[in-house]
Amino acid sequence: MKRLFLVFTLFGLLVTFGAPALADGHCMDELGCVEIGPDEPIVIGAMLSVSGATSFYGEDSRGGVELAILGRDNMLLGRDIEFVVEDSLCSAEGGQAAAQRMAADETIVGIIGTTCSGAAQGALPIISEAGMLMISPSNTSPSLTNDDRDAGGTYLPGYFRTAHNDLFQGALGARFAVQELRVGSLATIHDGDPYTEGLAVVMANTFGGLNGDVVFQGAVSKGDTDMSAILTEIAASGPDIVYFPVFVPESEFIASQLVNTPGLEEALMMTADGSFSATFAQNTGDAAVGIYMTGPHVSGDAYDAFLGMWREEIDEAGPPSGFHAHAYDGANLLMDAVEAVAEEMDDGTLVIGRQALRDALSSVEAYDGLTGSLTCQAASPYAGDCATGDALAVFSITEAEVAEGNWPPPIVWTPSMASGG
Amino acid sequence: MFKWKTDEFSWVDFTIDVLRILIVLAIVVGSWNTLSEGRISFAQWVNLFIAGLSQGSIYALIALGYTLVYGILLMINFAHGEVFMAGAFSTVFLAEALNRTGFLNQSPVLAILLMILFAGLVSMTVAILLERIAYRPLRGSPRLVPLITAIGASFFLQYTFRGLYGSGFKAYPQVKILQGALQIGSINIPTVQIFVFASALVLMFGLYWLVERSRIGKAMRAVSENKEVARLMGIDIDWVILFTFGVGGFLAGSAGVINGMFRPQGVNFFMGFIPGIKAFTAAVLGGIGNIPGAMLGGLFLGVIEAIGPNLVLAGLGIPGANQLKDVIAFTMLVLVLIFRPQGILGERLSEKKA
Repeated sequence: MKRLFLVFTLFGLLVTFGAPALADGHCMDELGCVEIGPDEPIVIGAMLSVSGATSFYGEDSRGGVELAILGRDNMLLGRDIEFVVEDSLCSAEGGQAAAQRMAADETIVGIIGTTCSGAAQGALPIISEAGMLMISPSNTSPSLTNDDRDAGGTYLPGYFRTAHNDLFQGALGARFAVQELRVGSLATIHDGDPYTEGLAVVMANTFGGLNGDVVFQGAVSKGDTDMSAILTEIAASGPDIVYFPVFVPESEFIASQLVNTPGLEEALMMTADGSFSATFAQNTGDAAVGIYMTGPHVSGDAYDAFLGMWREEIDEAGPPSGFHAHAYDGANLLMDAVEAVAEEMDDGTLVIGRQALRDALSSVEAYDGLTGSLTCQAASPYAGDCATGDALAVFSITEAEVAEGNWPPPIVWTPSMASGG
Repeated sequence: MFKWKTDEFSWVDFTIDVLRILIVLAIVVGSWNTLSEGRISFAQWVNLFIAGLSQGSIYALIALGYTLVYGILLMINFAHGEVFMAGAFSTVFLAEALNRTGFLNQSPVLAILLMILFAGLVSMTVAILLERIAYRPLRGSPRLVPLITAIGASFFLQYTFRGLYGSGFKAYPQVKILQGALQIGSINIPTVQIFVFASALVLMFGLYWLVERSRIGKAMRAVSENKEVARLMGIDIDWVILFTFGVGGFLAGSAGVINGMFRPQGVNFFMGFIPGIKAFTAAVLGGIGNIPGAMLGGLFLGVIEAIGPNLVLAGLGIPGANQLKDVIAFTMLVLVLIFRPQGILGERLSEKKA
């Protein structure tokens, strides 16, 4: 028994200290390296919400990454590119599970994802600990790029995103409400998700800062169908505008029940990119007409070419949501970084340092992407933020979106129309 | 001295008494605070109450399925929420088609009846297959076995329907005739809520008639009383049990359509889970196995959920009161289990049934 124990201990020691030394013959990186043999492909991972209520986001981003890879003819540094997608759902548990599967695969150079901010909070500790990096095309919660733990920040090294920080989106909504709609009082509803709560708080703070009156801040829970209780409470506060940056279907329930709540018939409604899909307008029905919505907005010739490619390669109907261009940019940033840091050994093995890869992304400056000029910042509260917040707009839903499934809705305001920054 | 007191003193009873007093105190203080603040007007309370009744009648229709099956087999059919989903999810496609052809708004009464019938039949089929395939082979085995099978069946049904119809969210089309509201003084009652409540009442009355007045109802009651003796009287037990599942399924399916008229959005493969659990709570609240109890329990739960957060929790200064709606529902379940395990209308269960 004792001898067996000794054998195990020795074996364990060998595995712990010996194996990396054997494998890392040419790796000088402090976080270790990805080594790719001469005939092996370069593996890019993705953690996206590809099932359930928010699957339209995941599919949207997946298409963006696929087009970015296709744009390079599936080749990087003379190797094939392999794209692996894990379902991260839209929850912390889903993100955690996907991250564990990603971290277990040592051939993955970098990850695009997650879709939801909640999932990122579950995934990031594992990805960061494993020395990997993730570039999210659609996480927008401010907490993810904030390293101040007391303020609820959850930033860890290895996190990047090409999506806008909600510090921009919430502020845009508030400025639109005050400067353009000229409303005086606001009520906010979130659903406990860090993304929705963050957005509601930023909106309320900015609105208050612009001399608006925040009369109600409340929350529902995911899965609620009956919103009459909170809407009655809101009606008692009599706001001019109700802001509910929650996901579908909760946002659909809120919108369709709000118009029938006595005292709120005249209230304006605003939601955010959590409901940015054609089905939101169709499922909500007539109540959706006139709802304002903040969301991603990308334009330009390069983007039109991208859309043409999407219709040709993926789906005639076009992208299902608004984060495909962010995913496209994220995948290109990652592939550029891999090209920059990869070293080819004499035996044909590619060696990619994990820390070097993170550094390469952190030093991205004025990258000309579909979503505008990207500069990855290093300082909290924007640590890992590559987007500037210019690729945003306020949309307004009309009859055409409800009846004919037209998407996206017409734009009524953009950041450049804001006065006083 | 004081011997009689020390003898009877028990910490369990004491704790429960203290709990009782604390709960009553919390409810009284919370309600008092809210009402004295006067933020919410009388008309708004009435609106909340009526919305709660409508939501509650949907719970009640589903709860009846739990209670019918429990009454006869003494088992909790945890897949019943999925039976509800099956009808609601399948009928959304019929509703879309009816809406496209314009039939839905031309003759809404006929269209809704058609939808209810269709959903009822789909759910009935699912419930009957469930009994025949998953539960009947296990009849007579220890009680834990069918319970766990029910949970498995619930997952099976969820993911079968996800495979059939996809994982996206659907919504019922709006029926023009159900829009708008009935004005009584300063109170606006949405037409759709009157429809929900009325149609639920009709269905419940139908069930009551079936169980109490019809021949098969008599057989159901006999089987519920004592299976062996019922068999000796020449009742085909298997058929009666199948019939019971079918009736429960039909009610759940029609609840799916009624729910679709009331809260049109959020139709997907997972939509049966929460209503299923809420309806189970309602069935326990009313006294499981007791038919009027399930109706009452459902209505009670709906109203408590609608009024509770604003009345009690907001008054106690609890932040995010509306997020705690489910907490209220499940706290009710725990309280009933502690203080009145037999439910509001339930009789104390005999050894055999308990």
